[in-house]
Amino acid sequence: MTLTYLGWKLLRAVVTMWLVVTFVFFILRLTGDPVAQLLPDDVDQVTIDYYRKLWGLDQTIFVQYWNYFLALFQGDFGVSFRDNQDALQLVLARLPKTALLGLTALGFALLFGIPFGVLAALKKNTAFDRFVMGLAVFGFSMPNFFLGILLILGFSLQLRMLPSSGSETWLHMIMPVFTLGTSFGAQVARYTRSSMIDVLNRPYMRTADAKGAETSRRLYLHALPNAAIPVVTIVGLKVGELIGSAVITENVFAWPGIGRLLTSAVAMRDLAVVQCILMMIALTMVLSNLAVDLLYGWMDPRVRVGNREGANR
Amino acid sequence: MSFVPEAGATPAARGLVTRLVKAFRAMPWSVLMAVAVLLTVAFVTIFARFILPFEFDQMDLRARLAPPLPLEGSTWIHPLGTDKLGRDVFSRLLIATQTSMLLALLGTLFGAVLGTVLGFVAAHFGKWVDEAISTLVDFQAAMPWFIIALAVLAFMGNSMIVFLFLMGLYGWERYARITRGLVLAAREEGYARAVHALGGKPATIYLRHVLPNILSPLIVQLTINFPETILFETSLSFLGLGIRPPMTSLGQMLGDGRDYMITAWWLAVVPGTVIFLTTLSMSIFGDWLRTRFDPSLQD
Repeated sequence: MTLTYLGWKLLRAVVTMWLVVTFVFFILRLTGDPVAQLLPDDVDQVTIDYYRKLWGLDQTIFVQYWNYFLALFQGDFGVSFRDNQDALQLVLARLPKTALLGLTALGFALLFGIPFGVLAALKKNTAFDRFVMGLAVFGFSMPNFFLGILLILGFSLQLRMLPSSGSETWLHMIMPVFTLGTSFGAQVARYTRSSMIDVLNRPYMRTADAKGAETSRRLYLHALPNAAIPVVTIVGLKVGELIGSAVITENVFAWPGIGRLLTSAVAMRDLAVVQCILMMIALTMVLSNLAVDLLYGWMDPRVRVGNREGANR
Repeated sequence: MSFVPEAGATPAARGLVTRLVKAFRAMPWSVLMAVAVLLTVAFVTIFARFILPFEFDQMDLRARLAPPLPLEGSTWIHPLGTDKLGRDVFSRLLIATQTSMLLALLGTLFGAVLGTVLGFVAAHFGKWVDEAISTLVDFQAAMPWFIIALAVLAFMGNSMIVFLFLMGLYGWERYARITRGLVLAAREEGYARAVHALGGKPATIYLRHVLPNILSPLIVQLTINFPETILFETSLSFLGLGIRPPMTSLGQMLGDGRDYMITAWWLAVVPGTVIFLTTLSMSIFGDWLRTRFDPSLQD
């Protein structure tokens, strides 16, 4: 892991961010005049021009783009069309709730996915293995919005055990976390199992066996660290998917996080807020991909510097 | 039903029938059920127009929110009940299934063709072309595509072309990555070199010789992508983007039914079950295909 490798990865991350910002900027502005959409139909031209000028929409799109970038570098993400609040502040205010939901769901997924994946690999082709993997197929085939609705029908409307919306108490978290974490946990279990089976067949495992290492030592010292490498990669690459699911989950359970903010901002055509959220999400994805690359190099000494095929695997 | 080929069937056809029968015999019961579900869905997708008892948007305000069959107050006229406007849920379900499946099919094929072609191009030209395509692949993989699609659809409004385009661009990078790697490997194989030495043009070599040899991993990727594309469409339509009224899709029906969870739970459960069964069957079938096609996975 040299500086060139690190620099190359950082450069890629920055370019990706720039591409996302640019793509979103142009595609959202190509879709019509936001002023005309926001103001009532019967306002006069003077008012429209006033708001155009106020929001800087009277300039050409390239000037707007340039100004947008200048502002971004000064930490100015624009203001919400709706209530003139700072877009970044609006998003940051919702961030803790989404982080709480997302990280708890991730923890839930790993807590179940990894042990069950390892156990299934150790008991390969037994009834236990088939049961766990069958459950996993069910888990990741279940659309999360449908799972959420089934949970609400069962536990809120029928049994009246859990609240169907809001985020005030820990009881409010149970169903959203389960909804968001199930599919992810199922995928983690599958990857862990196949990675573990792969590792258990490697020559070094036979060597460890031959030199008389105990089962637990072989498992914890030899098998698990090696099996973890592809699993870490997959978890990092799937962060984007997890965020997409979080938007839906927040919507189903009226969880007051960034996902809810996004769907309402999108419905109101609140450009600055939508852009700010998209940038946050892209940043999260880029950072997690970067973290995976670094972890990968740290966990797997075989990753040679400059070997992009290996690093991108 | 007999699987014995009729007299006069060509040897090739007989071979195909035997192979199909063999494939069916080798299927575990879970895969057989999955195939049955998929065949039903395919049948509905093709023939929905001919089997629907009512027009899918035909309202009957006197029969609103009627329950489905085993429940009290249900009738055979509306086996799956009616919705808030008294429209027949069964008929809507048929059309919604058709719409969702056609969209997912078109989206998946668009992505598969685009990705495969770009993969071939990258492998053939190498150098900066390969570099450019590989960079594009990396960027596509690093973009929050679902979220971007959500924003674009909200701002673009109700446009089928845009929606299809967004679905088609979802997942193309995986085909490109797979194809590029496979083509690079296949080019070094004896058969490709032999055709080249015999004077075969690159297009002939790629289409007639390399493509059939790398087809199975691509088909496996297709079975992985298809359920994901279904979920992509249904999720967006569920949120009120994607497919919007007066059109309907499975996600749109589910999103609509969500407002009636207390009084008419079946409005959400019926389309949700269809989505779940379809993605589940596709995953089971895809897993089975993968273990058959990929000997390295047979453990």
